[in-house]
Amino acid sequence: MGRYVVSTKEEQLEMLRAIGLDSLDDLYADVPDEAKASEFNVPEGMSELEVREKLEEMADRNVRFRKVFRGAGAYRHYIPAIVKSIVTKEEFVTAYTPYQAEISQGVLQSIFEYQTQMCELTGMDASNASIYDGATAAAEAVMMCIDRKRNKVLVSEALNPETIEVVKTYCESRDVEVVTVPLKEGKTDIEALKERLDSETAAVIIQSPNFYGLIEDIASSVEVAHDSGAKYIMSVNPIALGILRTPGEYGCDICVAEGQPLGMPMGFGGPYLGIMTCKAAMTRKLPGRIVGETTDHEGRRAFVLTLQAREQHIRREKASSNVCSNEALCAMTASVYLAAMGPDGLKQVAENCVAHAHYLRDRLLELGFRQRYDGEFFHEFLVESPADPKAIEKALADKGILSGLEVDGGILFCATELTGKKDIDELIETVKEVISK
Amino acid sequence: MKLLFERSRKGRSAVIVPPLDVNEYRLPDGLAREKTPRLPEISEVDLSRHYTELMKQVHGVNDGAYPLGSCTMKYNPKVDEETAALALFTDIHPLQDLSTVQGSLEVMYRTKRLLCELTGMEDMTLQPAAGAHGEYTGLLLIRKYHLDRNDLKRKNIIVPDSAHGTNPASASMAGFRVINVKSNEEGGIDLDELKKAVNDETAGLMLTNPNTLGIFDRNILEVTKIIHEAGGLCYYDGANMNAIVGRIKPGDMGFDCIHLNLHKTFATPHGGGGPGSGPVGCKGFLAGYLPKPIVTEIDGVYGFETPEKTMGQVRSFYGNFLVVVKALTYIMSLGREGLLEASSVAVLNANYMMHRLKEYYGMASGKICMHEFVMDLDELKKETGVNAMDIAKASLDFGVHPPTMYFPLIVHEALMVEPTETESRESLDALTDIFVKLAEKAHEDPEYLHNAPYTTMIGRPDEARAARTPVIRYDFED
Repeated sequence: MGRYVVSTKEEQLEMLRAIGLDSLDDLYADVPDEAKASEFNVPEGMSELEVREKLEEMADRNVRFRKVFRGAGAYRHYIPAIVKSIVTKEEFVTAYTPYQAEISQGVLQSIFEYQTQMCELTGMDASNASIYDGATAAAEAVMMCIDRKRNKVLVSEALNPETIEVVKTYCESRDVEVVTVPLKEGKTDIEALKERLDSETAAVIIQSPNFYGLIEDIASSVEVAHDSGAKYIMSVNPIALGILRTPGEYGCDICVAEGQPLGMPMGFGGPYLGIMTCKAAMTRKLPGRIVGETTDHEGRRAFVLTLQAREQHIRREKASSNVCSNEALCAMTASVYLAAMGPDGLKQVAENCVAHAHYLRDRLLELGFRQRYDGEFFHEFLVESPADPKAIEKALADKGILSGLEVDGGILFCATELTGKKDIDELIETVKEVISK
Repeated sequence: MKLLFERSRKGRSAVIVPPLDVNEYRLPDGLAREKTPRLPEISEVDLSRHYTELMKQVHGVNDGAYPLGSCTMKYNPKVDEETAALALFTDIHPLQDLSTVQGSLEVMYRTKRLLCELTGMEDMTLQPAAGAHGEYTGLLLIRKYHLDRNDLKRKNIIVPDSAHGTNPASASMAGFRVINVKSNEEGGIDLDELKKAVNDETAGLMLTNPNTLGIFDRNILEVTKIIHEAGGLCYYDGANMNAIVGRIKPGDMGFDCIHLNLHKTFATPHGGGGPGSGPVGCKGFLAGYLPKPIVTEIDGVYGFETPEKTMGQVRSFYGNFLVVVKALTYIMSLGREGLLEASSVAVLNANYMMHRLKEYYGMASGKICMHEFVMDLDELKKETGVNAMDIAKASLDFGVHPPTMYFPLIVHEALMVEPTETESRESLDALTDIFVKLAEKAHEDPEYLHNAPYTTMIGRPDEARAARTPVIRYDFED
């Protein structure tokens, strides 16, 4: 069996004797008999080789697609080799939260760099050190906006459904009213938004590009929201910000994002990264860790966890959130990814995404697909298919290609820098065969 | 150390993505960002060196002992990292057809069953991404349970004053009122105080056992009985599970729901503050309220199911799946005997260290401890002026990570030591020697300790200044 305990049985006995005991069981003398479990139905351990083989067997039951045209909240982008090399360094992987600043400057500085990059990317003033994922970041952002007078949040129906679910769960437990805003032509209906805004509305949350890939009319909805005194939370795709107007430029109060596209694998859903940035005025309402710059007694630059008066270990039940562990290593991944890409590289990825998606859309239209919603889109779009989406999915799967996701009877396709012309042409040929049958 | 932005030189970025192979698509101008983000422009070699420099200023488990109480900084086995890095796990989209993700689902299902067995629970969600996230989820189970029974008065969650700060914070996020009860001198629940605190508004109790003083609360069955008789439920905070895994099931102590920290007990690495994983298990009568979806198995085919009265989702998709792969690898490696040995030796190692150190330091409790113990430096401070912070900072000069400082709050000058089972006897002896030396130094030369550390890259940082005038992003010159 695998064994990471260091001491041998003999050493354990010697240590027991040194403290005046005879057996390991003596250490548990205080445990009442009724609480001592009689049986553990857990298999015997395995050697490293055996366990590795077992896990490989399980992994082999998954199907890995050569090409992925599916997004809907998780995206396959190219991950530069340098990213993997850096974030698997043992020191970064095995350290704890940087409580002891003197021996944690590496982690602290990397988070400070991450915070800076997130502010630059989103055009906002302040960033925390991360939240669990994009959906929990959205939910925590809503909590930042709630106060005694304003206890309602308006949620666009074009938010990723996973995000809507999580926002609802968080709001329900705090008795915050969630009102959804219907769509018009696949985008948040501004008139419907206006009707729902009132003096009790704490925040509006809109995603752009939205779940259908469409770029929302953020400028109008920000104005409408602010006119009624509500805060504006914009949910974004960080890759799209390589070219798209930023939440800061639109005048949003809080920006949240699923950070997975920035160097993290799809990983069957996690670990991911919740990005969260805000205007300066809301900094002290941010949940979770924040790193700040200061000096030591000799005036040397130093980084520390700061603004801790917001946090659970000081404020307990009055804390801004219960967040303790976040996704530090994922934040570092995003940071290395952005540094490896640089502004031009990121822009190029975004341009490739948008160009590939439009090429794919055009070719699908030639085959008789119909675009469900008009309007500018980034790298995802919803089409109605002339053939059964399931038949298309099957035919593509046979070629190692993951089709778009079936959504509302249509197919939500996604293209990235990893699905180039050759791959799109292959997809088109396969779909053509299905249609002709 | 220079910041990434200070290393940036215009035009230096590496070329990673090929040029476009289709026509460019230009979005209308109004949709484009106006200001280029000031991301670093840096060559690959400089980027690599930058992080190697940062890496040298990080203390990981591999750098030396890490007796950070309450955090279970045990060794993170390498094979766990390898299995979680298999492309057939990492490169899988969460919304693939279930027939193409049977391997991932099997991992989730097996993990859930094993963890249920180890905790005495009947069902479990792997969705929560961290311990505090698990606490929140567990409390929502309690909330749903009472609401479902139309027992609307039950708004109070009882939390001992020795609890971790996340407990009251999670309770209040879950919409509860927090009732703090004083703990007894062993850090456990004071039964008389508890009896006074319960009533028909009691929704439940949050407790970790062993408690935050590292002591197993021998009244535990009495405690959970008092709560149940008052109509409340008992929530087990699994932060200290490393002391009892394979030996005691929280379910047998009377707990109704629990969270585990896979990044503590089950050896997944902490990543400098995440990603962790905080699965939540519960007894059968609460299973209907679990988050959706729940992984199931029918005749060897794995799938997802929505619990009948689900609370909804607490995170997207299925949680930190790749962390779960690491934990499963660990559990399957150790097996029943290995897990029992690990927890037993964790407790042995703590007692072994405490036994020698109690000649030099006050202890928050004189009893046999579980996997950690709390030194109380109040006396030392009175005698020498040297406090817990001074001892912790001075230990940095010896290449060890200090114990947890000033927790639990009920001990004013606390240093909480958790050596874990993956330290050798020599390592424990060396660690103990350091703290003995520091206790002696406190009497000889307190001033020296007030100014420690001396060998680290920076001295004690000015935290007050950081909070007073926050600088939380780089100030670009242009």
